[in-house]
Amino acid sequence: MVQYTQTHFDASFAALSDVTRRRVLEQLARADATITELADKFDMSLTGIKKHVGVLEQAGLVTTEKVGRVRTCRLGTCRLEEEAAWIERYRQLWDARFNELDQVIEELKRKEKADGRKKRT
Amino acid sequence: MDARREREPSLERTTAERTSDREIVIRRTFNAPARIVFEAWTRPELFKRWWAPKSSGMSIQSCEMDVRVGGKYRIAFGNGGAESMAFFGKYLEVTPHSRLVWTNEEGGDGGPITTVTFEERAGKTLLALTEVHTSKQCLDDNLGFADGLRETFGQLDELLASLP
Repeated sequence: MVQYTQTHFDASFAALSDVTRRRVLEQLARADATITELADKFDMSLTGIKKHVGVLEQAGLVTTEKVGRVRTCRLGTCRLEEEAAWIERYRQLWDARFNELDQVIEELKRKEKADGRKKRT
Repeated sequence: MDARREREPSLERTTAERTSDREIVIRRTFNAPARIVFEAWTRPELFKRWWAPKSSGMSIQSCEMDVRVGGKYRIAFGNGGAESMAFFGKYLEVTPHSRLVWTNEEGGDGGPITTVTFEERAGKTLLALTEVHTSKQCLDDNLGFADGLRETFGQLDELLASLP
């Protein structure tokens, strides 16, 4: 589970590291759009935009639904999952902070021990 | 590393939980007495070493903390010389080695209140950080996907701009 989450987080991060994909997300935050509409909007080929949407979809940031010949893209899946994903990202931020904090704490403990030894001698 | 986590599930595991409409709680156990953990939260030169981990894409430019009731704090982030963002507020409660409460005023009045408790058990410290927002809407906005993304974009833009 931890492994899965980490992989998933990496996928989200990789998905967000591209400026076009961030613009696509911003666009979808305003309204759902079809692949064709996105391609027009960003002046890209259908193949190019499909590739970006695919990366976003794999990261769970976008879902797509094909009706007939039209594929519609929208943000996330549902509000609850978005919230869970946000909380997980927030947890990871704190986890990263606390891993650094652990190092500071270990250093303080070592220093306290060393100072204690000095006092005894 | 993972094997060690399994043996000591309570240690080195950060949890985050939305405990009510207006509240989110982060928990972690540290392998040190409360006085040491508290020290790392209240001395700016220590605090700035862990508050902005590399993975967050932020880097601390300055950190001022007047840790006493009514005292102010200000943590500024930026790239190179330019300050891009700052968190600031004041301490409402300071109980050495056990409790810190502060306001978050960067978003204007009515920002969330952060409470950190340090509970020592058998030489370890159970830390709980609670953020209480003024309304469900405020926490919803804070948790909102679009808002979260905006923040992430901001951090990513800064991160990418800082790369050579």
